[in-house]
Parts: sequence; C-alpha cells; structure tokens
Amino acid sequence: MTVLSGKDLPRDGEALQGTALHARLERTWGDAPGFWGWLTTTDHKKIGRRYMVTAFVFLALGGLLAMAMRAQLARPENNLMTPDRYNQLFTMHGTTMMFLFAVPVMEAMAIYLIPLMIGTRNISFPRLNAFSYWMYLAGGSLLWVAFLLNIGPDAGWFSYTPLSGPQFSPGKRTDIWAQMVTFTEVAALAVAVEIVATILKQRAPGMTLARMPLFVWTMLVVALMVIFSMPSVALGSSFLISDRLVGTHFFNAMERGDPLLWQHLFWFFGHPEVYIIFLPGAGFVSHITETFCRRPVFAYPAMVLSLVTVGLLAFGVWVHHMFATGLPRTGYAFYTAATMAVAVPSGIQIFCWIATLWDGRPVFKVPLLYVVAFIFTFVIGGLSGVMLASVPIDLQVTDTYFVVAHFHYVLVGGAVFPLLGAIAYWFPKVTGRMMGEGLGKLSFWMIFLGFQLTFFPMHLLGLWGMPRRVYTYPTGLGWDEMNFLATLGSVALAAGFVLYIVNALASMARGAVAGPNPWDAAGLEWATASPPPQYNFPHIPVVTSRTPLWDNRNHLPVMTGLRADDRELLLTTVMEAIPDLREPSALPTIWPLAAALSTTCLFIASIFTPWAVVIGAFPVAAALIAWFWPKSPLAPEPIVE
Amino acid sequence: MSALPPKFEGDLAELPTTAYGHRSLTWWGVVAFFLIEGTAFALAIGSYFFLQGVEDSWPPQPWKPADLLAGTLFTITILLSEIPNTIVKRAAERKDVATVRRWMLILVPIFALLLVFRAFEFNSLNVKWDDNAYGSILWALLVLHVTHIATDIVDSLVLTGLVFTKHAAEDRRLVDIAENAMYWRFVWLTWLPIYLLIYWVPRWVS
Repeated sequence: MTVLSGKDLPRDGEALQGTALHARLERTWGDAPGFWGWLTTTDHKKIGRRYMVTAFVFLALGGLLAMAMRAQLARPENNLMTPDRYNQLFTMHGTTMMFLFAVPVMEAMAIYLIPLMIGTRNISFPRLNAFSYWMYLAGGSLLWVAFLLNIGPDAGWFSYTPLSGPQFSPGKRTDIWAQMVTFTEVAALAVAVEIVATILKQRAPGMTLARMPLFVWTMLVVALMVIFSMPSVALGSSFLISDRLVGTHFFNAMERGDPLLWQHLFWFFGHPEVYIIFLPGAGFVSHITETFCRRPVFAYPAMVLSLVTVGLLAFGVWVHHMFATGLPRTGYAFYTAATMAVAVPSGIQIFCWIATLWDGRPVFKVPLLYVVAFIFTFVIGGLSGVMLASVPIDLQVTDTYFVVAHFHYVLVGGAVFPLLGAIAYWFPKVTGRMMGEGLGKLSFWMIFLGFQLTFFPMHLLGLWGMPRRVYTYPTGLGWDEMNFLATLGSVALAAGFVLYIVNALASMARGAVAGPNPWDAAGLEWATASPPPQYNFPHIPVVTSRTPLWDNRNHLPVMTGLRADDRELLLTTVMEAIPDLREPSALPTIWPLAAALSTTCLFIASIFTPWAVVIGAFPVAAALIAWFWPKSPLAPEPIVE
Repeated sequence: MSALPPKFEGDLAELPTTAYGHRSLTWWGVVAFFLIEGTAFALAIGSYFFLQGVEDSWPPQPWKPADLLAGTLFTITILLSEIPNTIVKRAAERKDVATVRRWMLILVPIFALLLVFRAFEFNSLNVKWDDNAYGSILWALLVLHVTHIATDIVDSLVLTGLVFTKHAAEDRRLVDIAENAMYWRFVWLTWLPIYLLIYWVPRWVS
C-alpha cells in the first residue's frame, strides 16, 4: 500500500480551518446517531462522563449504607437490624467505596481530562477504554444485585481468611466479592495502561516531562502504581475463589497453607490503593490552587519528586496493616520507619500548597474552599497516621474506631474534598455552564462541618475502646453521646451531598454559560470550547511553558497537518515531546461491549463451575478477534468539497 | 471552536504513519501488559516461597518431586521456538511479507507440540491441586503460564491467518506481528523461573 503523504489528503491548516474544519472533524470524529452510537462510542469524554456518573451512583449507594449503619449505632443496644445484616452493610460500604467509587472516579477524571490537558484528540487504546467501562459496570452491578438478593458479601472489604474461606463462609457471598474484585481490577488495569501510553506518547509538541501539568504527573504515578499493585489482589482473589471452589489450600492452615499469605497479597495491593486514591486528589489541589491564587504552584520540581517518592514508598509499608499479627522486631522497626517516612513527601506537598496560597492572591470560590478543607482535614488524618505507625499505639487501637476516624480523615479529606472541588472547578468545561456559587458554598459548609462532626468523635470512641465492625454496644460504657453526635453529623454530611448534587443538576440546566476559560486558568484544557468538541482541538497545540494560556494571551500556537478525513493522533517522543508519528485512532465499534458481556458471563459462571473458565474462553476469544480484526482503510476524501 | 485564534507554527503532514518499537503506541501497550503480568508472576513466585517457608520439607512428605521429562521437553522446545520467532520479527521489521508468511506457518506445528508437552506436564506433577498447599501453588504456576501461552498462540494463529489476506500489505499488520513476536519472548522468559520452581527447587531444597 502506498503511504499517502499528508499533502494529498484533506488536513487542517491555513487552507482548512474555522467552520469548514469543524464540519469535517465533526464528521470524522462523530459517533453513530442514537442508542447505537451510545453503545459503540470510543470518545474519551463520553466514556469519562459515563464512568463519573456511575461512580457517583455507587457513592450514593455506599453513602446510604453508611447512613443505615449510623442509624443502628445512634443509640446503644439498638435493634434496627440483625448482626448479619450489619456485617453485610459494612462489607458492602467499604467494598463499594474503595472498588466502585474511589478508584473508578479518579480514573474517570483522568479519562476525561488528561487528553485535554496534554492537547491530543483521544485517549490511547479507546476501545480498551470502552471495554473497561462495561467491565466496571458489570462488576458493580454483580455486587449490588447480589446484595439485594441477600447474597451480599459479609466478611469485610478485605475478606480476611480463614473467615472468608470455605469453612467459615459457606454459600456464595464471598465468591461474589472475589469476582467483583476481578471485574474492577480488569477495568482499572486497562485504564492504567491507557493512561501511561497516552501521557508518554501523546503530549502536545513542546510539553516536555518538566512542563507536564501536575495532575498529569499524579496520574502517571498512579497508573504505574495500579500496574504494580492490582495484580496482587487479583492473584489473591483468584487463590481465594479456588480455595472455595475447587479445594486448593493456599490459605488453609490444616493443609499447610497460610491465612497470612492472604493478608500479604491483599495489603500489597491495599496500601498502594490508598495512595492511588489520594494522589489524584493532590493533583486536583495543585490545579485549583494555581488558578485561584493566580500564580504557578510553588516549587514544581519538589512537588513532582514528592509525588514520585510517595508512589515508591507506598510499596514498602503494607505490613503496617499487619502489626497485630505479630512480626519479628526488625520487621516492626522497618515498617514503622517506612510508614513515618511517608509524612516527609506529604508534608513537602502541603507546604508547597501553603506557600502558593501565601504568595498568591487567593480568590475563595467553592473549589478553593475545598482545598482549604482538604489541607485542614488531611493534616489531621496524616498526624493520626503517624501515631498509628508506632507499633505500641497501633496494637492498642487496632480494630477500634480510632482507625475508622483516621482513614476517613485521610480518604475523605485527602481525596473526596479535592474531588468535590475539582468537579466544581472543571464543571464548566464538561457542561459548558458554571456551577452555582450560593448553593455551592452552602453545601460546602454542610459537608465540611458534617464530616468533622461525624468522624472526629470516632477518634475518642476508639481511644475509649469501642471496636469496629460490631453491630451494637451496651449502655454504660460512656460511648452513647459521641455515637449520637456522629450520627447527627452524618445526617448533615448526607444533606450536604444531596445539596451538592441538586446544585450540579440545576446548574447543568440553568447555570450561567461558561465560555472556554471562565476561571482564566493556565492549562491547555481551557484552550478549547466548553464542552469540548468530539475532536478536542481543531489544531494540535504547541507548548512552550508550564502555564501555556498565561504565556500566550492573544493566540494559541498550533501545528497543522493531521488528516481531517480519518481519525489521526499525533505521537511525540517520550521525554521531549518532539513530533514523531501520525497514528490512527480506533473507530467506534460494538465489539468491546460484546467482549465485556462474554467476559461477564465467564466470570459469573465461574462462581458456580470451574469449567466456565474453559468453555467461556471461546466467546471471549471470538469477541476479541472481531475487535482486533483490521478494517479496510477508508478511501481518502477530496481535499476541496 | 478554539477560544484563541491559532498561530501556525509548523506542519505535521510529512510525518510517517507507522514505526516499530518504542515509537509506536502498540509497543507501550504491550510493555504495560508485560509489567502487569510480570508482577502477577513475581507475586505468585513470592507466594511459592512463602508457602515453602511454612513446610518442613519441600515437597512435603510423602510426595515426590514432579517428573522431569515433559517439562524439560517443553522448555527445550520453547527455547528453540525463539529461532523462527526472531526470523519472523526481523522479517516483519524489514517488511518482507513472504518470509513472515513462511516462518509463521513453521511456528504452527511448534505451538501444537508445546501444547501436547504442556498437557503431559500436568500429569507429571505427582500431586493434585487439592492435596496440599504445595500442590495448589504448583498447579497455580502452571495454570498461570497456560493462560499466557494459550493467549499468545491464539494471537499468533489469528495473525498467521491475517498475513494470508489482503491486510498483510498494511504496515500496521507488520508492526502487530513484530510486537506479537516480542510478546512470545515474554512468554518463554517467564517460563524459565517457573520451570525451576516446579521441577528443580523441590529437588534442591528437600
């Protein structure tokens, strides 16, 4: 086949720009109309939005479970629910929040934002992206349908053996949990691969690694962490399900297996998971702080090095979740030191943000309020984390409400507050309309104060000895008032979330029209229309600094020459982002959905018979072959229409 | 529509549309999957030593180590398969479709032979997966590797079919074939430590 030179084809440039170019690119990058287009799209923005909405549905469901638990604990010796139901509630709450909300929502933000931030037309491997969404949806639906059928898992979000093994958890509850893990790991790993390839190969010309936006840096580190940590829980849950289904003995001490192997495999994933959730939050905070302080983030190199350090240290601290299982003395010393060391890069980041606020001219709009809430809450959670790194304290408060307070301060403070700020911040980009400030501030204060009222008393309850994961407590232990306060706080917190969602929906319908760059921000995502067209940018932008839109106030430097009649991406070199290749981007297709459906059948059937893995492999293989089977190249369109 | 008027600073029209190795997106995708699967293998190997540490002897009494014949024949064959694999990879990189076609066909019976040896391997482990933790981890390592070898064989067969269609002339198919050959290297490289763990470590430490 002769390679057609760009000159022989319609392409963007002096001769083809403005509305004529827009019409061509809309046709090239558009989806089929209607429901079929919805099922087959490979557009990163549509899939990112879908991911985000689904994650928020799971947040609401997980929140309802939390409210039910707080209702049960509002007073001593309450009997709103049975202990069995309570076990399912806390298991479903943790599982939903960690596997179905926190990680997917961060990946959703990355799927939507990263191609815009680095100036490319679509994410890499867009069909894999579509596949990952369907897998995520199937895994989450499996878990929740099972819960509604009263076969929801009940052995905790970490499913410790031997409790979760065949002897103590008969029935299918734990199998549902283990397969849900497989679904979400497949989805998360697929997205991680796309993010790494997109960031390293598709950055706009001139966007060297040293000019990459900080959120892009955080997602590069996060995607690599996903790649190195998630295989651990996937392997562990496969071992668990095979112990339960075909009688292997990985975790069965009677046949020389070891339940602690499960804890190692789980926490080798589980601890990096916490930073996988927190680091994107740090990325949001950097962008919001920069825009609302009107100056670049203080000490960019220190920020990047801190991110990378946190990512590396994350793999050296998992055993601090296992202090209570007994370790050699050197083990205690090593994991305590490693855990405390995490405070150093985290502290550096906090000081950099404070310095940015200090030196800038902060404008306290809703997104920046969430940054302040983040700093306040995350510092408290970080300090209780340093306390827990000390073995004597950990042994005293392990499995008490002190730990519950700690990780909610870290996860809600470190990830959910920045996320809520980020949604308010990028809302105009995604919807084309501003999010209401009045309701925004009201919901902010309810969420912030409601959170503190819910979780601060849990520190005290934990120090006073109240254990986690127990469905009630007797009167007369001095825990009544604090529990009641926590329940009151949870009502305020939930009401704040409802207001936040109402505000978002109302603003989507009636908010002020935003325009491309309503905050006068510096990043490339603000150089295109709000909401962005399907092809993202009419011409590929060129970058010469870390704050491109602040340094080019009158025009956007661009490069031309990508085909307008076929989906083409620009690939650049890894370090310096020098233009290197024009590569095609995949067209919409139904096969990722078909592959996800056949994989879903395989995974669910394998809960009931191991032969499902063998028989189910055939439809999966058929769908994958159809997915990858090359299409005949499109005939070039005439240059002049 | 862009908010700011564009300022044209260069043109990309003459850039090539395919390249091999780290310049292509496919290569990065394949390498990322190496990292994922390599991590899974490393953790499975870690689990093997964790379980070995719990036992007094390895294999535990009275089991005897796996028989060597099938696994060793498999190992020799898969190592030798690298010769046609390298020929295919280099031919794809210099766009020599005739050589690619010939040597991909030669690989097909080698794949079949490997699958036969692998089937006999399960039979020569001398332990079932549900006998004890030793049996469980041996079967797990072998099954984990079967999924890789099966995936790559299916992949290679599809590509072998493709090179006999009109798509063979497309540069991108040759990139796919070169990356697939790289994946085959990963498949046999990961086998080498597993071969030692299944067949030799129980002989060395018991």
